[in-house]
Amino acid sequence: MDLDLPLIWALLLAVAVFLYVVMDGFDLGVGIIFPRLTRGEERDVAVASIAPVWDGNETWLVLGGGGLLAVFPLAYSVLLPALYMPVIIMLLALIFRGVAFEMRFRAHTEAGRRAWDNGFWLGSTVAALCQGIALGAFVQGIAVEGRAYAGGWWDWLSRFSILTGVALVAGYGLLGATWLVWKTEGALHAKVRRLAGWLAVLTLGFIAAVSITMPFLQPEFAARWFGTPYLFFAWLVPLAVVALALLLFRALREAPADRARPLRDAVPFLCALGLFLLGYVGLGISMWPMIVPPVFSIWDAAAPPATQAFLLAGAVVLVPLVLAYTGFVYWVFRGKVQPGEGYHH
Amino acid sequence: MLWDALPSALDLARFQFAFTIVWHFLFPAFTIGLASYLAVLEGLWLATGRAVFLETFQWWLRIFAIAFAMGVVSGIVMSYQFGTNWSVFSDRAGPTIGPLLGYEVLTAFFLEAGFLGVMLFGLKRVGRGLHFLATCCVAGGTLLSAFWIISANSWMQTPTGFEMSPDGRFLPVDWWAVIFNPSFPFRFAHVVTAAYLTTALIVGAVGAWHLLRDSANRHARLMFSMAMWMALVVAPAQVVIGDLHGLNTLEHQPQKVAAMEGHWEERRTEAPMILFAMPNMEAERNDLEVSIPGLGSLILGHSWEAEIRGLKSFPREDRPTNVPLVFWSFRVMVGLGLLMVALGITAFVMRLRGRLYDTPWLHRFAIAMGPSGLVAVTAGWIVTEAGRQPFTVYGLLRTADSVAPIAAPAVATSLALFIVTYFVVFGAGIWLLLRLMGAPPHPAQEGPEEGTPIRTAGITPAPGLPDKRVAPAHPAE
Repeated sequence: MDLDLPLIWALLLAVAVFLYVVMDGFDLGVGIIFPRLTRGEERDVAVASIAPVWDGNETWLVLGGGGLLAVFPLAYSVLLPALYMPVIIMLLALIFRGVAFEMRFRAHTEAGRRAWDNGFWLGSTVAALCQGIALGAFVQGIAVEGRAYAGGWWDWLSRFSILTGVALVAGYGLLGATWLVWKTEGALHAKVRRLAGWLAVLTLGFIAAVSITMPFLQPEFAARWFGTPYLFFAWLVPLAVVALALLLFRALREAPADRARPLRDAVPFLCALGLFLLGYVGLGISMWPMIVPPVFSIWDAAAPPATQAFLLAGAVVLVPLVLAYTGFVYWVFRGKVQPGEGYHH
Repeated sequence: MLWDALPSALDLARFQFAFTIVWHFLFPAFTIGLASYLAVLEGLWLATGRAVFLETFQWWLRIFAIAFAMGVVSGIVMSYQFGTNWSVFSDRAGPTIGPLLGYEVLTAFFLEAGFLGVMLFGLKRVGRGLHFLATCCVAGGTLLSAFWIISANSWMQTPTGFEMSPDGRFLPVDWWAVIFNPSFPFRFAHVVTAAYLTTALIVGAVGAWHLLRDSANRHARLMFSMAMWMALVVAPAQVVIGDLHGLNTLEHQPQKVAAMEGHWEERRTEAPMILFAMPNMEAERNDLEVSIPGLGSLILGHSWEAEIRGLKSFPREDRPTNVPLVFWSFRVMVGLGLLMVALGITAFVMRLRGRLYDTPWLHRFAIAMGPSGLVAVTAGWIVTEAGRQPFTVYGLLRTADSVAPIAAPAVATSLALFIVTYFVVFGAGIWLLLRLMGAPPHPAQEGPEEGTPIRTAGITPAPGLPDKRVAPAHPAE
């Protein structure tokens, strides 16, 4: 077989990670903007909008971990020790958030409920922050010796990784706010519409900051963006960001959708999704084809062909199937969320 | 310096893995069985139309949702911990066991998590048939998940189907041999049966708890009756499966069995069965031994004359690193298993006498046995994992050579964070589960399912696929 298995798997995992980022992104985002929603009905509606899907959304993270172990074991075994603290704290934050999510409905007292609400916010925010920090540390590069991580346990901390961490919190907040624009009505809808505008400004600012900083991190990045052949099409990415941003702001200024065109309320979310996709593509242009920058490429880190082919044989059937029933579940829970939906108190 | 007083990074990493996996497995040990129980309850409701099945289904569904969520979030930790703390193991064994975990995610986790939402919130949106399908998908997903993860674990115990690369990596050669490695069928049967038994014991204890308060409560009667049937059938079956699993272990991992049995001498026929002892690893003998002569040979070799190898016939560096732990965990598991058999038989006798629902001492016995499945499962895992030491891949890759290059202070910090978070968060979650279990089930049961018109669904037309915009709003609580 002449299939370039590492290439196929790199693209597949890239898709899986992107699906994780946007899907858990919006449900983490709902947690991030939680303090802006009033206690009681607004928060309950927001949580009800993600209750049926958040378990499935987080499963893409497990696929990212399990998939990386299977098909790029070397990358898995270098990256995770390198990103030890952000990864561990992210996992703990996700635990905290997942349980707070269930507990807030069951709290006996107002104080208890408030505490679990805060836990949901804190867990969501810290998880997003750690993911962004891990991304920044990954982009900056990993110290490697032989087949193992060779740095210390604070290497991940830098001004750049903090920048990407905060940027991801803002970005997830934007995804969460635009998700609620889509899924809610009335006063809450109007509120998250305004909030989404502010978060869009913030997110675009961070996109600009990260984009300007990155070429200075490694000469390689600059050479890539400003050299041939990338120069001919790389500028399309920032241009598309500007176009999408304009579309997003216009959609946010419009009145709520009416029954005739219910999907209009989905436009801001789709624009936010597009912004994430562009950021992701931009990152891909910078990093390609390194999976442990700046040392191992996807071909260096690949598992033997027998391993990659075995999992690929199942994945070509199972991934479309998973996407199909995930789509079905979203379709079952389509439309605006009504107050009182979801769990009973 | 404070850091210097720390245990080694290896010991800390081992303890962290043990701590997180024990916590994690408590949830699937319960939800694997509970998912199947829910599918049975919903199937019975669809078949008979009797409201008691649906009400009991919805009562347990709320508990399932929380236990499952805790299983998901504690499970994500496991899929990353192979890398964060056992990176050398991941690099070397990843090409072989990685795809098993990959298939677990693709075939099981997505199925469970995807359809869980429909199962919890979708009855009115998708109609009964599809909802039942969703419940079955979740139940099937839990079993598929067990299949793959037990396969991966069994491969670490009895590795086959690979070849070693010059740099010490395990390269797959024959996937069938990897997946269906010699200990897998036994371990899989043993673990799934244990999960069903664990659930039956919890369901039985909850039913008994409510029977003590109101012996006429029909939901409590249903739970208790079904659970005691399970205990009667499954507990003895587990004894047989456990025995077969033990014989398989004797064939492939004799030093583990020697540690379980507390046998030190190199080889002996008419080996005793040791009931009580304090294995002394320094002196290579047992202190305070109480044993039955010959019975060990009979059980392990199915003959009085069978020859049994003791720990001394293996080099010290290849013996389990904590013999008393393996020895005692094994006794805890077996002791509880025998009590489970006793519970099933006792309940059956009382059932024959027509006194299943109004025998308070039986109910107290069942309540006391409620957590025994969880304890026995944990003890069983300690036997098999501590008994595999000092290897991660049995006989081939040592635990000491598997660990990630993370300094002790970092592992100590993460371990402290895990301990605090798990006790606070899962402590609160378990407290909530107990509170839900303690609330008496009654006909006006509210499940996570919104509204309750389906309560009388036995006589009303099945809900179609209502567009929620035109569906009537549900009365506020």
